Parts: sequence; C-alpha cells; structure tokens
Amino acid sequence: MSNATAIVKAGLTKRYARERRFRLFGLVSIVISLSFLAALLITIFAQGLPALRQTYIQLPVNLDPALLAVNASDSPELLQKAKYAKAIEAALIERFPGVTDRKQKMALIRGLLSKSADNELKSQVLANPKLIGSQQNFWFLANDDIDTYIKGNIDRSLPEADRRIKDFQLAWLDDLEAKGQIEKRFNTVFFTSGDSREPEQAGVLGALMGSFYTMFVTLALSFPLAVAAAIYLEEFAPKNNPLVDFIEVNINNLAAVPSIVFGLLGLAVFIQFFGVPRSTPLVGGLVLSLQTLPIIIIAARAALKAVPPSIRQAAYGMGASRMQTVFHHTLPLAMPGILTGTILGMAHALGETAPLLMVGMVAFIMSVPEGITDPATILPVQIYLWSDSPERAFVEKTSAAIIVLLFFLILMNLLAVLLRKKFERRW
Amino acid sequence: MNTVTLANDSMTFPSSGTTTTSSVNKTDVDIHSVVEELKRAKQAVGKPFLDNPKFKTRDVNVYYNQTKQAIFNASLDIGRNEVIAMIGPSGCGKSTYLRCLNRMNDTIPGTKVTGDLLLDGEDIYAKDQDPVLLRARVGMVFQKPNPFPKSIYDNVAYGPRLHGLAVNRSELDDIVEQSLTKAGLFNEVKDRLNSPGTGLSGGQQQRLCIARAIAVSPEVILMDEPTSALDPIATATIEELIDELRSSFTICIVTHSMQQAARISQRTAYFHLGYVVEVNDTNTVFTNPGHRLTENYITGRFG
Ligand SMILES: Nc1ncnc2c1ncn2[C@@H]1O[C@H](COP(=O)(O)OP(=O)(O)O)[C@@H](O)[C@H]1O
Ligand SMILES: [Mg+2]
Repeated sequence: MSNATAIVKAGLTKRYARERRFRLFGLVSIVISLSFLAALLITIFAQGLPALRQTYIQLPVNLDPALLAVNASDSPELLQKAKYAKAIEAALIERFPGVTDRKQKMALIRGLLSKSADNELKSQVLANPKLIGSQQNFWFLANDDIDTYIKGNIDRSLPEADRRIKDFQLAWLDDLEAKGQIEKRFNTVFFTSGDSREPEQAGVLGALMGSFYTMFVTLALSFPLAVAAAIYLEEFAPKNNPLVDFIEVNINNLAAVPSIVFGLLGLAVFIQFFGVPRSTPLVGGLVLSLQTLPIIIIAARAALKAVPPSIRQAAYGMGASRMQTVFHHTLPLAMPGILTGTILGMAHALGETAPLLMVGMVAFIMSVPEGITDPATILPVQIYLWSDSPERAFVEKTSAAIIVLLFFLILMNLLAVLLRKKFERRW
Repeated sequence: MNTVTLANDSMTFPSSGTTTTSSVNKTDVDIHSVVEELKRAKQAVGKPFLDNPKFKTRDVNVYYNQTKQAIFNASLDIGRNEVIAMIGPSGCGKSTYLRCLNRMNDTIPGTKVTGDLLLDGEDIYAKDQDPVLLRARVGMVFQKPNPFPKSIYDNVAYGPRLHGLAVNRSELDDIVEQSLTKAGLFNEVKDRLNSPGTGLSGGQQQRLCIARAIAVSPEVILMDEPTSALDPIATATIEELIDELRSSFTICIVTHSMQQAARISQRTAYFHLGYVVEVNDTNTVFTNPGHRLTENYITGRFG
C-alpha cells in the first residue's frame, strides 16, 4: 500500500462520518418542518371541522292566526309583516312552562334559539301559507352559546358563575336532548350566507364570492397584460438594449416589492385619484393585479424561453412572420408554463391580505356581493376578522374559513401541477 | 450506404486516408499565413461562375454582432436544378452562407450581410424584397429534424395555409398528399396523418420536414446537414430523395460527409475560415482538387 493510499484511507472514516452527519441534519430539519406543518393542519382541522355541523332545536309552534295577526288567505305583503317572533315566544314558553324568573325568561326567549328564528319561521310560512292555523314542528338554529355547549366546548363541571350556560339552561338542554329535540346537522348556513355578528348565522359565502370577484378582476387585468409584456420582451424587444434591460430589472424588482406597498399605491392612485369605489372587488383586483403582473411576466418569459429555437427556425424557414411564429407556435407551446405560473400567481393573490386592508376590504359586510362593484370582503380578511371576534363560536368559524381557503389554494396548486404534468415537454 | 447508386459512387479519392484525421499538414497550422493567402486570392479556384444561374452571389460578407466577420467576399453561382454541396471544416461558415440565401440570418439579431445576392437576377436583399415571400421561394431543411408539435397533416399544410395556396380543404388535401409522396413518406404515414409529427422516427421526421418545405412549391431548397442526426439507412433514403427532387428544385446542401457530397451533388464548394476556396464539378473537386487546402481536407488531413 503506497503512502498516498494510506493517507486517503485514514481520512475516509472522517469523510463518511461527516457525510452521515450532514444527511442526519437534513433529515432532522425535514422532520421538524413537516411536524410543524402537521401540527398546524391538525389544529386547524380539529378546530374547524366541528363548524361543518351546527346545532338545531326542534320546537312545536302553534301558528295561531290570532297570535300572528294574519290569515292564511292574506297577501304575501301582509304575511311578511306577521308577528313570527310572538309565535316563537309563545311556543318557547309553552315548551318550558313554569319559567317565571325574569332573567330566566329572557334567557329562554333570547338565548335558546338564534336571533334568526323568526326569519326562518317566516320563510317557512311564506313558502307554505296553508300552515297557518295549525301546530307544526320546526327545527330552528340554536344560539351560539348552546351550540358551543353541545359541541362540548363548555365544561359543565365548572362552577356555575364561570360558565356562560347556567344550570337552568342545562336543565332545558337535558330535557331537549332526552326528547330528541336537539341535534347537530350539516351547517348549510356557513356555506350560503355572508358575515354576521351572530356566530351561528355567519357564513363564508360572502367572503368567498368577494375573493372570486377579486380574483376575476385580477386575472382579467394581469393575464393579458403580462402575457403581452412577456411576448414583447422575449420575442420582439431588441437584445442588449439598455432601456429593455432597465425594464427587465424593474419587473424583477416589482415582484419583490412588499405587498402592503401595492395597497398604499392602490389607495392613493385608484381610490383617491381615480375615484374607484373602496371596499370593492374592483379596487382589490386592481391592487392585486399590480402584484400578480410581474409574477406572471416572469413565468411567461421563462416558458417562452423554454420553447426550443428549432421550432422558431422552422416557422421562420416556412416564411412565417415574427408575429405568426409567436401566435402559431411559440405561444401555444409556452401556454402550459404560462398557465402554471398564472395559477401560482393567483394562488398567491388569493391568500393576500395586507394590501386589501389598505383599500377598505376589511369592512363588516353582511350581504353576499353580486358584482365587482359591490362592497365585499375576501377570505383571508374574513379569517382575520373572525379571529379577532370575542365570541367563542367564532374560533371554529375561523378555522373552518381557513380550511375553505386552504382547499382553494391546494386546488389551484394541484391544477398547476396537473397542467405541468399533462403538457410536459414533448420535443 | 451502397443502396444509393449514383455516378459519383465509382469515384476514387486521391488518398486512401479519407476517414483518418491524424496527420495535420504542418504548413497549414499557421492560421495567419493561410488567411493571408486566402485574402490575396480574390476568387475561388475552379469554376465558381455559371451562365444563367439560379443564384448569383458576389462579394458576400457576413458579420455577427455587427463586428465578427464570418464570411469574406464569397462569390459563387448556384445552377438551376443542380445539387450543390457546401463542404469544409466546422465553423468555416457553410451554414452562415446558406442562411444568407433565404435571409434566415435576418432572424439572428445583430447580423449584417453585404454584397450582391441575386435570385433569378432579383436582389433578395433589396429594400422592397419581402423575406416572407423569399422564404416561400427558398425553403429550408435543418440539421435536427424540427417538425412542429402538431399532426403530420398540419405540419405539411402549415406553409400552404400560411401563404394561402389552397382555396379549400380538398385542394389542401391534394397538396399534402403530393408533398408527402414527393418526400417518399406518404405510404408510411397515410393511415395516421392526424397523429403527431413528433412521433415519427428521426428519418421520417426529416422527410416530413422536407415535405413541409416542398408543400409551398419553392424553387430552391436549402439543407443544412440534413442527415447528420440520422442513422445510415435513413440517410440513404434521404440521399435518394434529394436526387429525385433535383428534377424539380435547386438544392443547396451543407454536409460534413465528403462521401455524401460525392454521392449526391453535381457541384461542390469548399469553404475554409469563411472564404470560398474552391468551387467546381464534384467529380473534379474530389479527384483533382485545384487548391492545396481542398486537397488537405478531402484527404482527411484536417476536419
Ligand atoms: N449566431 C451566431 N452568432 C455569432 N457567431 C456565430 C453565429 N453563428 C455562427 N457564428 C460563427 O460564425 C462562424 C461560422 O459558423 P457556421 O456558419 O455555423 O459554420 P459551419 O456551419 O461551417 O460549421 C463560426 O466561427 C461561428 O462561431
Ligand atoms: Mg453548420
């Protein structure tokens, strides 16, 4: 064995040990980051999934024309104004007779059912006025405290003074439970209504539609602009031109600008200068397209650059003009890459909060927006608003909204991955 | 490769060492003296000029990036319905010269072409000359087969559609069929005209590219090492095809295979360091080269 070989051999063990240690470090860091992710997902799902079900209480209601002050034959306008709250109040007192204490009576009338109970009754009666004059069983949305208790988030072993549900209420609930008049059902309200001060009536649809319209505006503005810019820079702009280089550098810089700056810019330019209505998907989309534009430009340029020059040569060789070459060959071939970049940019925009706070998309808005000029909020801002609410029942709503947001983000990323897989380079 | 029987096949090379590139002639290592010599010789050795040529090129100079000169005072003629082979060591400017003939150099930013290039007496670099029209008259086939990632049909139909050569679908069908037939590909692909052109074998792809080029009925077809990416059998098929196409088109082919040049061309131009050194009948160039550099190249002293 020569001298050199001996030296190398001696060093080998050290080298292997170093390699093993390096691999171990990598493994440990992956495990740590994965466990953080798992912890995050587990908490969010554990907290958010209960929001998919909501507590309902069954109550026999006597739809007495005298109580409601209407008849079955009355016009819908009159039926609108009937005294549904009275009927419910009477039904509650009848269901739990013997409540005499003023405080307990208030808790019975105000605290058992959601405030929307009379509206729920109204829509049932309006749908079928023949019900008037009969006794009917209806399921009503329970108040948020009741819901919280039913979901096991209020400990009944605590001293009475420390819980929001008192002993007499527990007695009612036990009675309802014994008679099968309280149950958890799929929470349609959460997916069909806008925000509300009452947790049990709060839904994510308003924010979802707000996000949808905002994304629509963002896409409609940034995609064509970005693709046109990328095509110009990649296929038409003179190479090694200082002005073009300057533009390129600035597009890259734009992609790195903190998003709040775009929000401030939007506030100053779109709202204060151009008078775009604040809190609307229109202004939100304008701001987000500023931020998405450079992302799509960069992705589109990379996709265009990846189209092999031989395809362009073939087209030029056939006598295609530059424009024809781009639109017949280069652009279609680059499209999957462009779309992938666009989806990722949009996913980024979907999760954006800060700049939208600046343009007023943080307002409390109960109605579901129906267009790009209706006041709206968006999913991440809705999450922020709910997480800031004091009611215990908003905790699960917050997590449920996060689940909805994550669902759409994952959906978009999945779409991007599928697109990339499907159109993998075929030359 | 003996499937091709051409007149040139019987030709003998001056030296038997055509495939070895070991011994380099000492006198040619000094590039400066060679360049000086080439610069002094105002005109290529042999018979670079013809009566009534298809292409007449005089004093062509090509510069890349405005400054780097790749072609120096190239003057030669290309005859009608002939196959002319451009040979020479790699980097000597064969492709560059070829790309002048259909103004493909225009697509490379910073390229400048000077001199006279006349197609049927028309200056192809004239201000009013449209490169799009020129490229319909002078088609091109590239080194690496580059069919569009579209169907076989759409590949061939692309040019006719682009230039509006067919008024209806049946006319277009005819053009596609005729072009594929001329390119010797129709029988192989007639059942799968709608499958992607990129799914064909390399040789078939190259014939598809030839079909695509001839679909617009060009007058000249430029080929830049069309067989260098193909296996010997596909190469032989293409060589046969080129010989058939000669009756309808003028063909300029760049090749680094001297055997190929010998087999398929009628005239041969030898390029060296951006200069046209010798142009003559292929037979003469290979049996009795008029320039020392040509002889060195074809005897394999440098490649
Ligand atoms: N696009 C280009 N930009 C700059 N220089 C080039 C370009 N294409 C070719 N050249 C140079 O021009 C010379 C001739 O190249 P080329 O015509 O491709 O040679 P050949 O085809 O004979 O191998 C070479 O020195 C090459 O480096
Ligand atoms: Mg070349």
